[in-house]
Amino acid sequence: MELLMAVAVGILFTIGIYLILSKSLLRIVLGTSLMTHGVHLLLLTMAGLKKGAAPVLGTGADTYVDPLPQALILTSIVISFGVTAFFFVLAYRSYQVLGTDEMDSIKEEKE
Amino acid sequence: MSNLLVLPILIPLSTAVILIFCKEKIRLQRGISAVSGLLNILTALLLVSRVHTEGIQTLQMGGWMPPYGIVFVGDMFAVLLVMMASLVSFAILLYSFSSIGEKRERYYYYTFFHFLLVGVYGSFLTGDIFNLFVFFEVMLISSYALISLGGTRLQLRETSKYLLINIVSSTLFVAAVAYLYAAVGTLNMAHLSQRIAEAGQGGVLNVIAMLFLIVFSLKAGLFLFFWLPGSYSAPPFAVRALFGALLTKVGLYAIIRTFTLLFVNDTDFTQPWITWMAVATMILGGLGAVAYNDIPRILNYNVIVSVGFVIFGLAAGTPGSLNGAVFYLLHDMLAKALMFMLGGMIITAAGTERLAGMGGMIKKYPLIGWMFFILTLALVGIPPLSGFAGKLLIIRGALDAGMLALSLIGLGSSFLVLYSLIKIFRLAFWGNEPEKELPQVRLKHSSAVAACLLVLVILMGIGSEAIYTYVSQAGEVLSSPALYIESVMKE
Repeated sequence: MELLMAVAVGILFTIGIYLILSKSLLRIVLGTSLMTHGVHLLLLTMAGLKKGAAPVLGTGADTYVDPLPQALILTSIVISFGVTAFFFVLAYRSYQVLGTDEMDSIKEEKE
Repeated sequence: MSNLLVLPILIPLSTAVILIFCKEKIRLQRGISAVSGLLNILTALLLVSRVHTEGIQTLQMGGWMPPYGIVFVGDMFAVLLVMMASLVSFAILLYSFSSIGEKRERYYYYTFFHFLLVGVYGSFLTGDIFNLFVFFEVMLISSYALISLGGTRLQLRETSKYLLINIVSSTLFVAAVAYLYAAVGTLNMAHLSQRIAEAGQGGVLNVIAMLFLIVFSLKAGLFLFFWLPGSYSAPPFAVRALFGALLTKVGLYAIIRTFTLLFVNDTDFTQPWITWMAVATMILGGLGAVAYNDIPRILNYNVIVSVGFVIFGLAAGTPGSLNGAVFYLLHDMLAKALMFMLGGMIITAAGTERLAGMGGMIKKYPLIGWMFFILTLALVGIPPLSGFAGKLLIIRGALDAGMLALSLIGLGSSFLVLYSLIKIFRLAFWGNEPEKELPQVRLKHSSAVAACLLVLVILMGIGSEAIYTYVSQAGEVLSSPALYIESVMKE
């Protein structure tokens, strides 16, 4: 299972970086979003994939899962959701004002 | 346990939320912001005196004992930075009243301002590495909003770069936290320090240390500063003052904290990297400051030089140079805020950013001119002013550690700073006035705020001796992390 997760993280990072390196702002946003999800999977995998009951008192199970990485991932997902939303709005606004969503042609614009 | 520690976060947070509801009432917004700023200064002063008399303060969130819960730690280093940040941000707040413009005020400028402060204070006070990430994000998201607020072409272009850099570095931050959790199984910084000492650092922990160094360097503008000059040129000057004074300093704080508390067991590996990055930052920043002929670029590269200098104090690693780094950091927050304010006033008065189109302003604006001159002396480190004590301590510490050549580079960077700032003074204030009609502007209000900050700069220089007792208490915790660990883990 760990191996599968590692491969998945690798794939997400590869696609994420590939998209970030492209010209179109829209693809860059998608790339950052994929990359952050890759890192969430990494966080889950690094904390160890354990089987067990939910860490709640009184269920009487022998093993419990570590709740901490899940809490961290939840926090991180919320943050990345907010940032991605902002980035989309920014990309849309840039498209409206600058008339293009290509990073290269944005660069050439002079004030 | 001390509930006082949560106030620096709670006050700006509640202020920001209240301000959302008074969108159209600009006078009310200003009033509330000012009151909240004053409250923050009071709390910070109270915290400093409390830490001075009673030692390190801790607060366990929800009563969860460390290492299980999130803990807030106020050691002298953190609370001094909180105090300076609250003073500087209050001054910038007053400055923005007159300079930011009604349109931005209506679109939640003050709300974002206070949310940014939440992130800054939180980063200083938290004692949990994931919580540090969260407060970093609070700060960064507000900064994205502030940098793009107004939506000019330049701002839109620069914001997307700034945003992309920070998303990538935040992603690396989470990855570093994940590796750290896998390696030692905890996130509380005091507990981390203990566990890393038990594991004896080396191998994977060195890799993690380097990952953290890269992440924080991106945020602080240490060596990886290529994004900084462009992004800091986009927003209005009040925002630039806020960024220059606070944002890079939070990154610096994180570097100093992690490399004096967590990764201290294999300094032979980490120290050379930090030293070379600091030296490269000083040289490249200094050259950048000298090379350009427009005020925003010169000021932005000056931010970079001082980042290198503070980290040079960390790299030398003697108790004396750590004291110096703390002192210089405090001075730099004050001086950089003032620098951007004066820069903004010069540009507003001259109506252009380029030095070529300026000249002869000393007749019309003598006060601004002389304030800029005194500030230049303070930034370079001329004795009675605030930059001197920190520079002296850092250089002396570095000489103790046998870093002669590097100390000379550090001193050399001061000359580049002097040259670049005197160039502004010479070309903008002396010489002949340009032919064209100058815009009529009122700068009384801004000048008054800047004058207050300048008085602080001078007072901090004259009162170095008194401040040193506090600074040395901060440096003590940095050079012996056991103090920090004890006070967090004791209960």
